[in-house]
Amino acid sequence: MPAVKETIEDVRRLEADKYKYGFSTEIEQEFAPKGLNEDIVRFISEKKNEPEWMLEWRLDAFRRWLKMDEPNWAKVGYPPIDYQDAYYYAAPKDAARYKSLDEVPEEILETYKKLGIPLREAEVLLGVEGAEDVTAAEARERPRVAVDAVFDSVSVATTFKAELEKAGVIFMSISEALHAHPELVRQYLGSVVPVTDNFFATLNSAVFSDGSFVYVPPGVRCPMELSTYFRMNAQGTGQFERTLIIADKGAYVSYLEGCTAPMRDENQLHAAVVELVALDDAEIKYSTVQNWWPGDAEGKGGVYNFVTKRADCRGRNSKVSWTQVETGSAITWKYPSCVLRGDNSQGEFYSIAVTNGRQQADTGTKMIHLGRNTRSRIIAKGISAGRSDQTYRGLVSVHAKAAGARNFTQCDSLLIGDQCGAHTVPYIEAKTPHATLEHEATTSKLSEDQLFYARQRGLDEETAVALLVNGFCRDVLQELPMEFAVEAQALLKVSLEGSVG
Amino acid sequence: MLEIKNLHARVNPEEGADLAILKGVDLTVPAGEVHAVMGPNGCGKSTLSYVLAGHEGYETTDGAIRFEGEDIGELEPEERAARGLFLSFQYPVEIPGVPTLTFLKEAANAQRRARGEAEISAPDFMKLARENAAKLGISNDMLKRPVNVGFSGGEKKRMEIFQALMLAPRFLILDETDSGLDIDALKVVAEGVNALRNPERGMLVITHYQRLLDHLKPDVVHVMAGGRIVESGGPELAHKLEAEGYDKYAGEAA
Ligand SMILES: Nc1ncnc2c1ncn2[C@@H]1O[C@H](COP(=O)(O)OP(=O)(O)O)[C@@H](O)[C@H]1O
Ligand SMILES: [Mg+2]
Repeated sequence: MPAVKETIEDVRRLEADKYKYGFSTEIEQEFAPKGLNEDIVRFISEKKNEPEWMLEWRLDAFRRWLKMDEPNWAKVGYPPIDYQDAYYYAAPKDAARYKSLDEVPEEILETYKKLGIPLREAEVLLGVEGAEDVTAAEARERPRVAVDAVFDSVSVATTFKAELEKAGVIFMSISEALHAHPELVRQYLGSVVPVTDNFFATLNSAVFSDGSFVYVPPGVRCPMELSTYFRMNAQGTGQFERTLIIADKGAYVSYLEGCTAPMRDENQLHAAVVELVALDDAEIKYSTVQNWWPGDAEGKGGVYNFVTKRADCRGRNSKVSWTQVETGSAITWKYPSCVLRGDNSQGEFYSIAVTNGRQQADTGTKMIHLGRNTRSRIIAKGISAGRSDQTYRGLVSVHAKAAGARNFTQCDSLLIGDQCGAHTVPYIEAKTPHATLEHEATTSKLSEDQLFYARQRGLDEETAVALLVNGFCRDVLQELPMEFAVEAQALLKVSLEGSVG
Repeated sequence: MLEIKNLHARVNPEEGADLAILKGVDLTVPAGEVHAVMGPNGCGKSTLSYVLAGHEGYETTDGAIRFEGEDIGELEPEERAARGLFLSFQYPVEIPGVPTLTFLKEAANAQRRARGEAEISAPDFMKLARENAAKLGISNDMLKRPVNVGFSGGEKKRMEIFQALMLAPRFLILDETDSGLDIDALKVVAEGVNALRNPERGMLVITHYQRLLDHLKPDVVHVMAGGRIVESGGPELAHKLEAEGYDKYAGEAA
């Protein structure tokens, strides 16, 4: 149909200039020698001045990784990755020595500002350092978000640390936590995603660079949103973030993750591991807006996003929600999961995935019901446009002891044009008869009638498409924290925008 | 105000068959007047409304559409909307997940921006929405729902008129707005439409029934058959059609 055809044409012309975050930062950086071997692992560990046990842990992972094969079951295609043809560590020179925001180079602060994350202003405006009078009113109006800014392989700054400390919340880079709270890191690291979990997780365990560490003590409700902003800057460098969040008994924390990368012709690897631990009555809300550079319209360049994210609902009545808005990356391979170990624990997965141009996404979730009366809820919305290809892959597994388990799954796919693909691959296994599992799936095309109706009322085609897509995703957008929901809606529009006129 | 000259249109060949539907429609509606179009099923009434609104599923093969002196035949649907053309759909479309008022506010402001006017503020818009909803007996709950989702046929028609009141267009095309409405609802909707009548505004009312016309009192009644206007007359023509049916125009169908 003509209108839709035009949209497809527009979308096909998706140009690099639509990606607002494609700039790169000129700054002197320090690299590990190219390639991957034990010396590189030692180099990284040494750079971070890690304790001996951490180095051993990494080396053990590396040796195991050497014996593993890259998985190929996902419905994505890419040329073989040459793991020797990349840098595994890149950091702004002297990064290890930043003691406060004042020491962070202006170029980096500028970079985050351009990305919409003014680190210094946030501190000055809302922070505890002497500006309290001015901030009281402001702070009530604006939701406050503490940010850990990770630039390539290192965390360059973490805001609101002092204020969070007052509440007993530990929020810092994982490199820092290795020194400040080694016992906590050692206790929990790898306890959710074991070193040998999968090829990419094992690689990450060997060479992980930086990421965030969060510990919320018993009974504490974290007083603000926490977030980590990942920025890949250096050329030819992989990013291996490692994030560990622990909500102790009765604790609550909401955490946001954002990511962007410059436009580069080569493919860059992002292999992250995120581990969440929720103890009795604890709740963790983890939201992601993933906007890595997707590559150009012809599929040149872009980030390979091969990520292992898993939550362990270890305690009774614990709860974890994953909410993700995936608009970026050339290839996404990602299944945020919940192991529902504690009785009455709950897992939720809300996802919006948009693929356009030549993007490929294979994403979904795993809900592993181990405890009694555990509940899970999956709402996945996939939007495919251009010549992209998208797969929802989900597993709901109910073990023999999980009597009373319940799952509800809903997967909706929206196709824009006729050159894209959408696939739904749900795996369901129940080893107890006392489980209730519901699955609904729909696939629809962007409706010509809806588009005409909206345009008859005065909306131009792009706005109409964005509105329809927003409507399609509403169930999930509602789950995002306010300030992210606005960003996500804007991002959906940009991701689907053609280069009209 | 609206001048349709020798309008020929067919289903867009890209859609499949090369199907001519409008075969030389001539129709002029001066500002301030209400014209009715009546005709048997399938004669092309809805197609006419779509072509006027710029639906890309139809191709104009001959003739012209002038709106306030401007040839609008090549304009995009949203450009025609911004010039004040509003179509109340025979089958209003559901838009899941998009709240009615969000939709209308976006639409109203898109139109205003296109005309170079200031946008309407959220409080002003809400006030207007409450007033118009009251006129049409639309509950708060209905306003909060996504566009047309879960409404009965009659409720959808009522919402179409609500949208018209909110957007205050210069010209309304009502495509069988009366079908699906019970007598009471018809009266409410007709009052809503009558409230929009003014010397600057024109209307084209497509209907099968006398009932709506009793309320609206059209200035001219046209009979459409076989993709053309075959007869025009005063309000009495509608009564005649209601009594005699369209049999005598059967020969017009191509
Ligand atoms: N998109 C289309 N594809 C094929 N036939 C169409 C299409 N639109 C309209 N028609 C045909 O054109 C004729 C006129 O339709 P329509 O304008 O809806 O009539 P009315 O509103 O007067 O009942 C009908 O025979 C209808 O089937
Ligand atoms: Mg009709």
